[in-house]
Amino acid sequence: MNMKKRRRLYFAAALVAAGGVLATAIVYELGNNVLYFYSPSDLATKHVGPGVAFRIGGLVEKASVHHGAGADVRFTVTDGARVVPIEFNGVLPALFREGQGVVATGALRPDGTFDASEVLAKHDEKYMPPEVVAALKRSGRWKEGE
Amino acid sequence: MLGELGQLALCFALALSLVMAISGLLGAGADQPNALVARRIASASTLGMMVFVVLAFGTLVTAFVTSDFSIADVANNSHTLKPLIYKITGVWGNHEGSMLLWVLVLSLYAGAVAGLQRGERLTSAALGVQGLLAAAFLLFILFTSNPFLRLDPAPFEGAGLNPLLQDPGLAFHPPMLYAGYVGLSASFSYAAAALMVGEDGWARAARPFMLVAWIALTGGIALGSWWAYYELGWGGFWFWDPVENASLMPWLIATALLHSALATEKSGAFRTWTLLLAIGGFSLSLIGTFLVRSGVLSSVHAFASDPTRGFFIMMLILCAIGGALALFAWRAPTLKGGASFDTVSRESALLLNNVFLVGSCAAVFVGTLYPLALDALSHGQQKISVGPPYYALTFAPIFFALLLLVPFGPELGWRRGNLKASARALAPAIGLAAVAVVAVLAIASPRSLTGTLAFAVAGWLIGAAILDFRKRKGARASAFAAALAHAGLGVTLMGVAGTSLWRSEALDVVGPGETMHVGPYTLRFDGVTQVQGPNFQATQAQLALMEKGRVVTLLRPEKRVYPAEGQETADTAIRTTGLRDLYLALGDDRGNGRWTIRAYVSPLAPFIWLGALVMAMGGALSLWGRLRVRLPTPEPAVQPAE
Repeated sequence: MNMKKRRRLYFAAALVAAGGVLATAIVYELGNNVLYFYSPSDLATKHVGPGVAFRIGGLVEKASVHHGAGADVRFTVTDGARVVPIEFNGVLPALFREGQGVVATGALRPDGTFDASEVLAKHDEKYMPPEVVAALKRSGRWKEGE
Repeated sequence: MLGELGQLALCFALALSLVMAISGLLGAGADQPNALVARRIASASTLGMMVFVVLAFGTLVTAFVTSDFSIADVANNSHTLKPLIYKITGVWGNHEGSMLLWVLVLSLYAGAVAGLQRGERLTSAALGVQGLLAAAFLLFILFTSNPFLRLDPAPFEGAGLNPLLQDPGLAFHPPMLYAGYVGLSASFSYAAAALMVGEDGWARAARPFMLVAWIALTGGIALGSWWAYYELGWGGFWFWDPVENASLMPWLIATALLHSALATEKSGAFRTWTLLLAIGGFSLSLIGTFLVRSGVLSSVHAFASDPTRGFFIMMLILCAIGGALALFAWRAPTLKGGASFDTVSRESALLLNNVFLVGSCAAVFVGTLYPLALDALSHGQQKISVGPPYYALTFAPIFFALLLLVPFGPELGWRRGNLKASARALAPAIGLAAVAVVAVLAIASPRSLTGTLAFAVAGWLIGAAILDFRKRKGARASAFAAALAHAGLGVTLMGVAGTSLWRSEALDVVGPGETMHVGPYTLRFDGVTQVQGPNFQATQAQLALMEKGRVVTLLRPEKRVYPAEGQETADTAIRTTGLRDLYLALGDDRGNGRWTIRAYVSPLAPFIWLGALVMAMGGALSLWGRLRVRLPTPEPAVQPAE
């Protein structure tokens, strides 16, 4: 019986230890792996260093889309107050349009260009990425029913 | 007239669901004549409610098929030019219709509960809880999301359906997923009923519903991921998007529930824990519905931007979860404790299974809800997202550990197992794992430690499943259910590892006659043509797959413009050998006949969904066995050895 009790104790201790490791891993990895969302105006005040991954969103500025060599594409996003140049090597989403909302994931280069690894556009004409809506509201450029 | 008919049917269904709730709960009393009458009323009103909900749903389908634009929901989400199949599937391609589908599935499950099992206290109480749920959702539909609201004057043409949803994969994804989500409501109701009545045997009664829900969830998630793979054009199958996580969490808990309920049923262990899992599984389904439908997440699923809807669903969730947990806190201590078992036993293996499944679910839960919580707490000033690296470092290792232990479960005996004997019996599976490792090292490049480990575990899982098959040769079909489901896990794991670690990718701008290379393939671009679809105009590229200067096959990725909806979608072209997918997506027009083409070669990609299918078949086998011997067998006489 004593032997059985001891084994049971080890078993329970192992479970508690596993739970502890799990909780620690979750908290630790969460701290290291979150991506912040910034609007172009946020970026001007927050001083995000080059190489730090984050997401940026806004409207694609009119007449700002230029294709480079291969699949390179450059455009700027704006929240009405500030603009940020973005460079992307890849296929733009089907609903990517000038004047429409996009959210890009990537990091700044030392020259201030945002190097995007992923660009997401809205899913349909009724929909605008919520982050973009919030960013436009903050910069005062949001009109209801837009 | 259709609108009024549907509306009336919904009102009748609401009234009957209230009758069902009251009579069901009254019928949960001791076997007195009054209670017996109440039980009969509960059964009858359940079937009545089901009929009226089916009628309401049928009315809405008819309105969509006949393009009755006097109904606002149809006018906003349909179009006369849409193919018939997408007129029908458009019924649930919007918020109102999808909520009606939710209630339809709920009422079908309630009908099955009433039809399959009748007369007992437990069933009556379960019907009462189902009635409460149905009433709450019917109220939600009637007051905030009525699909039968009229438009005056009716427009000549509808606004169309989001083209992303006009796809066979996505057309049947919502009903499957709902069959899973809402199927967990049956387990939830049975668990609440067991707490009220204080009765054993609920795990056995609820088992067929658990199995159906789990099979449907597995299928629904697989369909959704398959759709994301071929429709989104990024070559990925899982993006750790909050919407995907919302369906994964109930699946993880439902899987834990299936295993824990088995222990409760067979040996009387984990009685209270199983109840808690049943409550938790449906709670996560409700939370998933809220996340997906309330518009807090940015996705193709976010229909409801109306804040009253989000508020209503949130109150509903709080009442359901809070009520069930309060009932649990109040009643669980009065229940018989779980039966004891040895440290080395089937029960311990199932306990570990539950620890890992619930742990991995916790990791997903935190990653999904932390950004929302932070957003709410900072009043929208701090918007963050949690990406795949987080899940790769938390979810993946936990799940990996779980997979490593899976083969021991079926091998160990109930109550007291023999670890040494089990390990010896499983030794040949290690052989298969070794074969897998050698094969990976010989074939795959570059070499990857994670990939090699994944294939070792897959070989181990499949090997153990084969051993389990052989051991049970001659047994009835349902005895093979676990082996099949576990083998499916191994198959999916190979697919996931293959695509994630050894995918090759090419992104080129090509003109007519030019070639591009991806992995071992050479592709010649033959230019684009315009193709007219039923309700779209497609720009279709043609690429020839070349081998030694000869054309092997032609692939045609395209971009579609839907004029009614004013939208564009990309349709990929995939050529599969069963072991490897060649995947092409058409990108942007770069002028002078030159286009961007994105190409992937994904080794073993089909295995991801093949494995899910095998898992679902395992579930189906178990269900079949249950339904065949549905006659009530007495509970094994288990004495709680305290």
